[in-house]
Amino acid sequence: MGGMAAPQVAPVETPDTEEVPASDRPWVTIVWDDPVNLMTYVTWVFQKLFGYSREKAEKLMLDVHHKGRAVVSSGARERMEHDASQLHAYGLWATVDRS
Amino acid sequence: MFRRQGDRYVATFAVDEVRVLRKVASEVVGLLTDGFDHSDPVVGRLFPEVYPDDPRSTAEFRRYTEGDLKTAKIDQAGAILAALPGETGGEVRLDAEAAEAWLRALNDARLAMGVRLEIKDGTDLGEELDEAVAEDPTSSRVFQLSVYAYLGYLQESLLNALIDEA
Repeated sequence: MGGMAAPQVAPVETPDTEEVPASDRPWVTIVWDDPVNLMTYVTWVFQKLFGYSREKAEKLMLDVHHKGRAVVSSGARERMEHDASQLHAYGLWATVDRS
Repeated sequence: MFRRQGDRYVATFAVDEVRVLRKVASEVVGLLTDGFDHSDPVVGRLFPEVYPDDPRSTAEFRRYTEGDLKTAKIDQAGAILAALPGETGGEVRLDAEAAEAWLRALNDARLAMGVRLEIKDGTDLGEELDEAVAEDPTSSRVFQLSVYAYLGYLQESLLNALIDEA
């Protein structure tokens, strides 16, 4: 991203992410590309499990396919582990990590 | 191949197809019961390490989730075995719940075969099959590749029938 001129206003103090303790940062569920799962199936699973719109699910699927991975959900660690185990039940290759 | 009929998902299978489906579904069940071994790359693919850099957290996650996941995968493969007609071939009619179990089970079977067949991104199945036939048309690889391709078409037809609902 880039190309936008900085607005000429006084800088607002923003929280420095470095100062947020690691344990308070949210977690993410990541889905990785694999050569077997059908693209239409992956899209369908994202809609089914997360209630995402067709557009959002398709975009995530294409991210997985082209970039090799995509963050599909974020939040508390327990929630992400739940999401990952659901994705495993559908045969998707999912991992959990800090955001 | 599956099509939608009212609220049912229907396919007619020849006797050879029934045999193949019974074989692959039974193999998945075998893999998840007697043959369960984390060092098997197929098991590794069906039960991925949820924390690739943290074996201790992965083990903890498995302690809480693996039993349920294994049961779910055995049940969905069982849904295929339960719905298949006898040795003569015939029609399979699935309600929405059974259709989804079939979809997931067909996916598991394809994942397992994909690991064994070393399917990679960009693998051209037609080319692989041609090469395998040229080498030995009676080889197990020719058979396995054909089954893998067949399961892909079958899964796609079922998925399209399910999506059609919208």
